[in-house]
Amino acid sequence: MSDSWQSSNIKPLTEWVNLQQPPTYSEYCQHGGYQGAKHAVLEHTPNEVLEIVKNSGLKGRGGAGFPTGMKWSFVPMFAEDDENAPGNKYLVANADEMEPGTFKDRLLLEGIPHQLVEAMIIAGYTIGANKAYIFLRGEYHLAAKRLQQAIDEAYQENWLGEKIQGSKYSLDLYVHCSAGRYICGEETALINALEGKRANPRAKPPFPQVVGLFGKPTIVNNVETLSNLPHILKNGIEWFQAIAPNSDAGSKIYGACGRVKTPGLWELPMGPTLREVLFDYAGGMQDGLNFRGLLPGGASTDFLVAEHLDTPMDYDSIAKVGSRLGTGGLIVLDDKNCPVAMVLNLMRFFAQESCGWCTPCRDGTPWAVEVLTRIEHGKGSIEDLDTLAKLCDFMWIGKTHCALAPGAVEPLRSALKYFHDDFLQHIEQGCCRYDPESSAKRTQVATAGRAVS
Amino acid sequence: METIDTITIDYQHYLTANEIAAIEHEASIMETREAAGIEALKVVQAHRGWVSDDSLYAISDLLAMPVAQLEGVATFYNLIYRQAVGEYVIHLCDSIACHLMATEDVLTAIKQHLQIDYGQTTTDGKFTLLSNACLGGCDKAPVMMIGAEHYEHLTPESAVEILQRLAAKEHSHE
Ligand SMILES: Cc1cc2nc3c(=O)[nH]c(=O)nc-3n(C[C@H](O)[C@H](O)[C@H](O)COP(=O)(O)O)c2cc1C
Ligand code: SF4
Ligand code: FES
Repeated sequence: MSDSWQSSNIKPLTEWVNLQQPPTYSEYCQHGGYQGAKHAVLEHTPNEVLEIVKNSGLKGRGGAGFPTGMKWSFVPMFAEDDENAPGNKYLVANADEMEPGTFKDRLLLEGIPHQLVEAMIIAGYTIGANKAYIFLRGEYHLAAKRLQQAIDEAYQENWLGEKIQGSKYSLDLYVHCSAGRYICGEETALINALEGKRANPRAKPPFPQVVGLFGKPTIVNNVETLSNLPHILKNGIEWFQAIAPNSDAGSKIYGACGRVKTPGLWELPMGPTLREVLFDYAGGMQDGLNFRGLLPGGASTDFLVAEHLDTPMDYDSIAKVGSRLGTGGLIVLDDKNCPVAMVLNLMRFFAQESCGWCTPCRDGTPWAVEVLTRIEHGKGSIEDLDTLAKLCDFMWIGKTHCALAPGAVEPLRSALKYFHDDFLQHIEQGCCRYDPESSAKRTQVATAGRAVS
Repeated sequence: METIDTITIDYQHYLTANEIAAIEHEASIMETREAAGIEALKVVQAHRGWVSDDSLYAISDLLAMPVAQLEGVATFYNLIYRQAVGEYVIHLCDSIACHLMATEDVLTAIKQHLQIDYGQTTTDGKFTLLSNACLGGCDKAPVMMIGAEHYEHLTPESAVEILQRLAAKEHSHE
């Protein structure tokens, strides 16, 4: 199995990444840059590009894995002289990346900003958007600077602005720097944020593809998703599908953090096993530590444990064992860190970042924090475990406006399953057996942490 | 008929020409003026360190939007300060990868060194300490951000050293 998986050694997204000094326009062109955009804008109709993207099998890398071409096809298309045409349409690159344990988009933003600019020309051309925004999290200062440089160069070279490369297509591209709130990554909250409103998600339907930014059809795509487009356009569908040996096409940027030997990011063909990423790339656990479990794709995915290590990291396989591929970044738990404290830290994040719009999430996440804090401090009771299980139910899919709350539930419910003994031990022995001193410190953290905003 | 005197304050005069120019640029690339609200708050904060009530009124005046709506936005975001902060605002990551890498020890060292808790500013006005959600440097945890700078692979010692270096620097505002 791993033979065929290793057969392809192609890293289209990251091959020319340079974090010290990202490729300039001319360097990027030397590596084949803007060829994909040229094919799209000068040689294809928008509909033809849409077909290419649909048939490529590209799926969204922002967490949900929704097929990109299908998403685009919901955008209403109009003939140029159609008086029902909605005026502008919008394209937005989702570069909010605030999910704890996720840092893959940053690599692309800082290391090869022209790739995203080129990608946005292709996507914008396809859906007929004349204005596009990169919604960038406020903490990514270096990325903001480098993106703006790339955009300036692209304007100079007429890859942005009026009548791109002599075609009929015009596109303006702007960077919007956010002011820090995880919920802005949710696409309808992001749209509200861009409109200058409080970033609560919107009720769906209508979907943003039809009624989005300023009421106009809008596509929001993840940075990594978009970054595939230049390569698909340049090299073709067969090439893209041949990268991965399974049903999921293309490559994926995988990552690992926690107490592993060599934490980092690796672009690999879709579908290495968890074991391969954890041991071959992340180098396994640090000396003296053993593996306990991991979140396979960021903070809002279910824990997986040793018995799952041979699962391939593609969308379907990870879902089959009860978690989600999410963003593909492993957060690894070792045997000297307390699982209860880990879940508490995650839940505290979700409670802080809940936008407060719907009750199960606004009340449920702080409630879960309170119960988890009690347990971690050795003051919990057996009934608390029932309360946590109930909260998992209250906050599950279909009971909240957006996916933040169900995302908060995923690590909790799976921890209750896989680390049940640890919860029991805290309750029965009235203490945390993992370095009680440091765990007491940990649970005091972050009470008034963001008090000035 | 008795008339009531009302005072109208022209808050636009409160903002400097530079601030207004930067805000107008942001407004020009959006479809509505209020869409520039967040950028406007950031512009003013970059010039003045934080967003006071007067700044808030001035911006809402300039963008012709209700001040309550702008306040709703301002208080929503972690990176907009609605209270005075120190010259350097320390954003220490408290999310999961940093937690697993013992960022609590870094926090303890910083608190001891500066003699402040989260949300507080040192008496000399140099430093404010805040926590921050994941800074996107999880493979280089623990991480903190001060200004535009990210400091990675922190230890209690290296964090204190960084603060000492900054404290010794002459006043610098970006
Ligand atoms: C609370 C929350 C936060 C999210 N944050 C991000 C994010 O930072 N970046 C991102 O690409 N998608 C994020 N998403 C997913 C987006 O809503 C959306 O599905 C995604 O941008 C679509 O892009 P894709 O189709 O290219 O995957 C988030 C979703 C939720 C519910
Ligand atoms: S689930 Fe949470 S974050 Fe999402 S809309 Fe409801 S309150 Fe807001
Ligand atoms: S968890 Fe601290 S940088 Fe990601």
